[in-house]
Amino acid sequence: MTATSAASAAGARAERNLPRAATPPVPPATTPRRGRRRSHDQPPRWQIWTPLAIYLVFTLVPFYWMLLFALREPGSTRLIPWPITGEHFEKVWTERSFDTFFINSAYVGIATMILTMFVALSGGYALARFRFRLKMPFMLALLASQFIPGALMLVPLFQVFRELGLLNSLWSVILAETVFQLPLSMILISGFIRNVPPSLEEAAWVDGCSRMRAFLTIVLPLLRPGLVAVGSFAFVHSWNHFLFALMFLSSQDKQTIPVGLNTLIGADSVDLGALAAGGVVAAVPVVLVFAFIQRWLITGFSAGAVKG
Amino acid sequence: MADAVQARTRPPRRRRAGSTPRSLPYLLLAPAGLLMLGFIVYPALSVLYYSLRNHNPTKPWRNGFAGLDNFRKILTDDPFFWDTLAFSARWVLVEVSLQLVFGLALALVINQTFIGRGLARALVFSPWAVSGVLTSTIWLLIFNPSTGINRYLADAGIGEYGTSVLADTGTAFWGAVISELWRGVPFFAILILADLQSVSKDLYEAASVDGASRVRQFWHITLPHLRDAIVLSTLLRGVWEFNNVDLLYTLTNGGPAGSTTTLPLYVAQTGIDGNDFGYAAALTTVAFVILLFCSILYLRLSKFGGDDK
Repeated sequence: MTATSAASAAGARAERNLPRAATPPVPPATTPRRGRRRSHDQPPRWQIWTPLAIYLVFTLVPFYWMLLFALREPGSTRLIPWPITGEHFEKVWTERSFDTFFINSAYVGIATMILTMFVALSGGYALARFRFRLKMPFMLALLASQFIPGALMLVPLFQVFRELGLLNSLWSVILAETVFQLPLSMILISGFIRNVPPSLEEAAWVDGCSRMRAFLTIVLPLLRPGLVAVGSFAFVHSWNHFLFALMFLSSQDKQTIPVGLNTLIGADSVDLGALAAGGVVAAVPVVLVFAFIQRWLITGFSAGAVKG
Repeated sequence: MADAVQARTRPPRRRRAGSTPRSLPYLLLAPAGLLMLGFIVYPALSVLYYSLRNHNPTKPWRNGFAGLDNFRKILTDDPFFWDTLAFSARWVLVEVSLQLVFGLALALVINQTFIGRGLARALVFSPWAVSGVLTSTIWLLIFNPSTGINRYLADAGIGEYGTSVLADTGTAFWGAVISELWRGVPFFAILILADLQSVSKDLYEAASVDGASRVRQFWHITLPHLRDAIVLSTLLRGVWEFNNVDLLYTLTNGGPAGSTTTLPLYVAQTGIDGNDFGYAAALTTVAFVILLFCSILYLRLSKFGGDDK
């Protein structure tokens, strides 16, 4: 604001070809005070950059540290990974069968994401658009389930999956991840649906759309940020989660990346290069997904998720 | 005009609503309901059932109904339980309050307009995407006694070679706290930022015209507006941090000497490694009751939602 007015004043000065001293001395005197007054939009730069820089260092150094160990040659102590070697990646990918783990994790992540989105969308619509007798009990059950720690349900879940014959099948993990994602996903999605005015749907019904078609053509496109938020949540959680896979999957060709990492951590002589390379393999997909969706994530949350 | 449209749309709606089957909401909820019945409600009930039994697959001759023995043992005869409970409380309090302070500060900074904000957001929030095991991996590399960060500090004359933060009972807790902060702060900041963006700019305009300083604006506009979001996110985060097992299991596995064992980790160790299902189930039940009690107390004390907003 002050910069532009100063610039235009300078421009005006140039146009009129006036000497510098002839400009009225008013603007310089008032600039600092006005700057402070309007400080809610424009705080001093250093107040933004200093904390941000400190926090960026805290965030990025650990990532860098992992890359450093993954890329530099074994035994090297340089802080810049040069010369770069791919040997650690080759080792985890082939010898430690991270290729299999990667495919398994991707399968679990994508299946959980799709299943969560469908089930949460269907249930969320019911919660957002209908009144029915069991609504409040159901909402309470959703909230209460947030307090049940997944880790503490391991033993009974193990027995459920044994009875269903799903042990050592990736579907045991997919189902467990989906179920523990559901409460929050449904609350989020019903919040998003509530933000879409019902009159939009009603207008479509009047035009002769079925309820289903009105939902698919009118409501669903508006829910995209919400679905992205919920779906990415589900993907990231199931990609990362460790205990279900550790418990329910016994054979090595069914394991997921976090379990693979854990075996590297637990190895007798810890191979730090391999551990770091495994970490990079585990991090790349989720960090990419995240970088892609983070903008929608925030709009998604502010679309009414926090306020329910 | 608007009235005319409404008048035209209202009656068909009623007719339509009447024509949709009453069972439709139940049908829509069925998938979610069945999944939750099968994989949350039933297992939860079976935890209750096991908590009243001695159940240990490796000692089948001892299995059978135990009544309240497990609970009696927890409350009177298991000193380790109280240690893990105290550690859990310390862990949750320290973790959540630090995440709140840093998350709030980060959200306030990143809510400003500046060049490169999009990139800064993506970078600063990226640890959110990272798992417990991966966080452990990264921080184990940093804290490694022989090639970790302390080696370079020692070269620079700070500290000495071969020490490990995670191997010392005094510092292991703080090592774990820093690791978890690294990935916990972004999530907090995302939630708070989402709510921060809904604060009307007019309020700040009006306040600054009245001469309120930025600090005063923060205390009198920003914080009251964020109250519900803060209460909700601290509660969720508290529950999650209490239940968090991945990180501690892989970072320290409760060590050294049990100094970082939370109650859920103790349950996992008793149930999985120790095979004592009955006792683990009783511990689970106690943990659930404590968590529920603390949550209700917290919601009451913070007067959540009881605002004129």
